[in-house]
Formats: sequence, structure tokens, C-alpha cells
Amino acid sequence: MTLERAMFYLMSLVALSSGIYIAASRNLVRSVFMFFVTLMAIAGLYVLCMADFVAITQVVIYVGGVLVLIIFAFMLSGRETLSGLQQLNNKFISIHKVPAFLLTILFFIVMVNVVVKGNVNGIPWTAKAVLSGNVIGAKDTTVNNIGINLMGNYLLPFEIISILLMMALVGAAHLSRKERGI
Amino acid sequence: MINLSDFLVVSAGLFCTGLFIILTKRNAIQVLIGIELMLNAANLNLVAFSRYDKIDNGGQMFTLFSITLAAATTAVALAIILNVYKRYKTIDPDKIDSLKD
Repeated sequence: MTLERAMFYLMSLVALSSGIYIAASRNLVRSVFMFFVTLMAIAGLYVLCMADFVAITQVVIYVGGVLVLIIFAFMLSGRETLSGLQQLNNKFISIHKVPAFLLTILFFIVMVNVVVKGNVNGIPWTAKAVLSGNVIGAKDTTVNNIGINLMGNYLLPFEIISILLMMALVGAAHLSRKERGI
Repeated sequence: MINLSDFLVVSAGLFCTGLFIILTKRNAIQVLIGIELMLNAANLNLVAFSRYDKIDNGGQMFTLFSITLAAATTAVALAIILNVYKRYKTIDPDKIDSLKD
């Protein structure tokens, strides 16, 4: 077993187990911090896919932005809801979680079945990419190419996404303002 | 070199975990965490396939776009959750069942 494969198993184990911990825990603060661990492990998986720039972006935006925002909102949303929510149901497997559990397991079986039946490792276009050298190797830098593509092929989606982000942030600021007179 | 199917199985597991969180949690913030987990699983698929696309970098580009979209989604959703909390004094999605009046 090479080091790469060992790191892959370690990262996926950390990601999946912390995800299951989020699903099992009732404590909101703990689940938010375990989500931090999940995001870091997913960033590690991105690195193993040779996508280092995406991994760094994941760490900066998710961990630095989204997670801080979630913690901020949970601090603003009051103590009494949190204490009321924690004593709702104390069992991981309770009777009204059985349908969700069944649905999740069946969905997982369907997706794994798709991966197995679809013969993902032998898709023609990936074989063609391997033959023509269109594969990102371990020593290639991807950042230069991403920058060129971002200002070239994908300029229109880039501009649209920036306008959309600005609209969403203005809308969020508008939604969370103090209402006067009510 | 790790096979493509390994990444796809891990991402299916993450997606199903997110689905379970969305279906069972009784707290809007935790439901939001489940949605983010599902988005991350989809991103993992995109990045895994993007390895075979060195010239165009399609998968990595759209992963970057979808990370941006997830940030925008979170900002708007948290603003909505705070407003809901101000109006209903709870953020349990099951209990928020009335329209404006």
C-alpha cells in the first residue's frame, strides 16, 4: 500500500466518520466544529485529486467564511432554542428516524450500484485523456492554467457568479437589518 | 494513483450522510450543515473527474464556482434563519408552518 493510498483511506475515514458524528450528535456546537473537521478532510481529498488550488479555496472560503458565519448566526439565535433542542430525543435510532435511515441506506445502495455498473474506471474519454497526456500529474502546477482559463474560457460564468454573489450579499444584508416600527 | 471509483464511493457516502442530516435534524442550522455536506460531496465528484482534463480544467472551475455559490447560499440562509427566529422564537423547521397571517 503506497503512502498516497494510505492518505486517501485516512482522509475518507476522517470525512465519513465526522459526517456520521454530525448526524448522531444533538449538540449544535459540537456538530459545527465536527463540520470543520469534515471540510478539512475533504480539502485533503481534493489535494489527492491533484486539485491543490481548489483545496486551498475550500479551506479559505468554507473554513474561514462559511463556518464563521454559521457560528455567528448560532450565537445570535439565542440560548433558549439551543437548550430546548438538546433535550428533545436522546436516542440516535428512534422510531421516527427509521424512514430517513432506510431512505439513506437505499439511496447509498443505488449510488454505489451506479458506480459499479457504470464501470467508472474504464470510461472511454478518461482512457483517451490518459493516452493523449491530458492528465494532471503529481508534479504539475495547476494554478497557472486555472488563472488563464478563468480569464479565458470561463469568463462569462465568472462574471455572472460575481454579480450573483454581490446580489446575494446585498440581499442578506437587507434581510438581516433591524426593522424599525414593528 | 487512486481509482476514480474510490472517490465516487466516498462522495456517495458523504452525500448520504448529508441526506440523513437533512431528514432527521430539527434545527435549521444543522439542516444547513447537511446541505453544505451534500454540496461538498458533489464538488468531490467534479474534482475527481477533473483530473482527466488538464487543458480545460472544467471540473475545478465549476467547483470554484459552486464553492462561491455555497458561500452566497449560506449568507442568505442564515439571514433568513435569523429573521425566522425573530418572528417565531424557534428555528425548528417542523414548527414553522404558518404563512404571514
